[in-house]
Amino acid sequence: MLRRRLAPYLLVLPGGLWLLLFFVVPMVTMLSLSLQEGDVVTGYVFTGHWQTYADAIVNYRTQLVRSLAYGAVTTLILIVLAFPVAYWIAFYAGRRKATYLFLLLLPFFVSFVLRTISWRQILTDDGMVLGPLKHLGLLSSSAHVLGTPAAVIGGLVYNFLPFMVLPIYVALERIDPRVVEAARDLYADPATAFRKVIFPLALPGVFAGVLMTFVPASSDYVNSAVLGSSSTTMIGQVIQSQYLTSSNYPTASALSFTLMAVLLIGVFAYARALGTEDVMKVAAR
Amino acid sequence: MSRIPMPDPSLVRGLTRRRMDRRDALRISGLAALGAALSACGVKGKGSPAASAPAADAVAKYWTGKTGNGKLTFANWPLYMDPKHPELQKFTAATGVQVKYEEVIQEMGPWFAKVQPQLAAGQDIGYDLMVITNGIQFKQFVQSGFLAPLDHSRLPNYAKNADPAYAKEAFDPGNAYTIPWTSGMTGIAYDPKKVNRPITKLADLWDPAFKGKVGMFSDTQELGNFGMLALGIDPATSTPADWKKAAAKLKEQKQQGILRNYYDQSYVDALGKGEVWITQAWSGDIFQKNVSDGANLKFVIPEDGGTIWTDNFAIPVTAKNPVDALKLMDFFYQVDIAASLAEYINYVCPVPDAKEQIKKDAAAASGADKASLEAVAKSPLVFPTADDYARLHYYRDFATAAEQQEYQSIFEPIVLG
Repeated sequence: MLRRRLAPYLLVLPGGLWLLLFFVVPMVTMLSLSLQEGDVVTGYVFTGHWQTYADAIVNYRTQLVRSLAYGAVTTLILIVLAFPVAYWIAFYAGRRKATYLFLLLLPFFVSFVLRTISWRQILTDDGMVLGPLKHLGLLSSSAHVLGTPAAVIGGLVYNFLPFMVLPIYVALERIDPRVVEAARDLYADPATAFRKVIFPLALPGVFAGVLMTFVPASSDYVNSAVLGSSSTTMIGQVIQSQYLTSSNYPTASALSFTLMAVLLIGVFAYARALGTEDVMKVAAR
Repeated sequence: MSRIPMPDPSLVRGLTRRRMDRRDALRISGLAALGAALSACGVKGKGSPAASAPAADAVAKYWTGKTGNGKLTFANWPLYMDPKHPELQKFTAATGVQVKYEEVIQEMGPWFAKVQPQLAAGQDIGYDLMVITNGIQFKQFVQSGFLAPLDHSRLPNYAKNADPAYAKEAFDPGNAYTIPWTSGMTGIAYDPKKVNRPITKLADLWDPAFKGKVGMFSDTQELGNFGMLALGIDPATSTPADWKKAAAKLKEQKQQGILRNYYDQSYVDALGKGEVWITQAWSGDIFQKNVSDGANLKFVIPEDGGTIWTDNFAIPVTAKNPVDALKLMDFFYQVDIAASLAEYINYVCPVPDAKEQIKKDAAAASGADKASLEAVAKSPLVFPTADDYARLHYYRDFATAAEQQEYQSIFEPIVLG
């Protein structure tokens, strides 16, 4: 009897410990660090200095807002791009589904950083795309793609595409074809069947896709560092620089915490708006 | 501050640098004991900054009883030595000491952030010798007491062959903790195919004719220095008021769209690809890019001033093999070894006699090798003349952490736009 009551707790223990060790502890540490004052030579001491948050947010609000905006635009573009791809693979790829999914993931066997550098090679000012256009006089010699918000968002879209396609594919794949048939039998034209049956059933996939792309896209710093310029700086770059270049740990921690809070609030607000009671349940699908 | 054409350092770190392990991460984030209450943890420092000069008995205290172990690990910047490491091979042949050479340093800030927690905890960082640039982090290393005081009685080659000027460096007077690996200059590089007039002054970096094609360094000291020099301010003696003026000047360049981006090592690549036409640059890079890619880039020290910096050998205070490290440091001050290194890296050689050695090597060589060695011996980038030195300025040496932070807070927001 006792054993049966303990069983669930024992089962949750490994995962729970993992979370405690690698999520709760760093979180508490980071929170603590964000409230400390000092410098790296004399050491940092806890003083409960909340002003760091106010200063960090005021000083870096541009980058915070920019990151969320880039994340949101990236996510929207991803939905538009990923839905048709997932739809096609789920309903029209037949026996080759696995092959197409594999092809979709193939580029991802190469490091994220390397792929982003490759885009730099492709898009560079006198590179293989812009070079010939400039040579032909179709573009002015100072025209460029790198360093613009478009380049950064393009990089984000490229790098996060599978994370949107896969969840949507999974949701679509689960739709029983007979449900669609039933809709057609009840005189729904294809567009109506899509709007009233397929799309609502695919929504949890879109939801999971948004979770899996918006958060990492907003906090990414590689794309902006490689493809962007000093006017496309994202908050991840600021945090990296505060941690590693300035050794300003409190500000870096405060910014990390703020970013996480903003993202969590955003995600929960989105969950409510979508009427999903349990975020984790959907995310887990 | 590395000077070799490399992609953005944030990438290179991702590719080449050992990922920070969890222990490091925990320590960096505050040496948190598991479950420690918020206030229970702080980032460990020294308690109070140490004086810049070591105590009189520090050298004896540190070195007494230490003996060689026949091995050492050397942390250096990428491409700062011939990849075949001929000098290290000669060292091992001469002394029997095995050297593990790792190109793990990409930028000073991250390097300091990486080793600081271990050094603060009195632990070995896995390296017995490292090359650190004068600047903000150099001071942090010294003030934190992280560098072993050098026993000059064990540096006979240094005493004999080094340019005496190095003993007077403001950042390490009397070479108490470091001796130079090499020095270099920060000036302007440009692509003469795109820029159809000779570049001579700092004002060219603000010229609207190069709108969107100007590169500057993201390193705040390098950036600030040029902002100040452009206004006729000497960085070494500058004040916070000067920093603000320089920041305004730099913002102007950015707001008018003249600036393309703030770069790390990646500027050489950007210059080669036409992304920038004219950029702040480190001397040896351009030389090497021209040699390795057959490019025809130009490097100039602006008439109104450039800067000079030094990358220095230093032994972490927790090193396991400090005696062997010291031996290697001294080995690089043998004239033939210094010459051999300068022939490859083309940065300022701290051993003046190496010039004659390189000329001798040139005389013995033939063909392309001969020409290139002759060029090295004559190059003002490797052996600057008195006139060159007159135009070169030193970095601001920050006295306190508060001063550093004030400096950072003025220039960093410009880079992070």
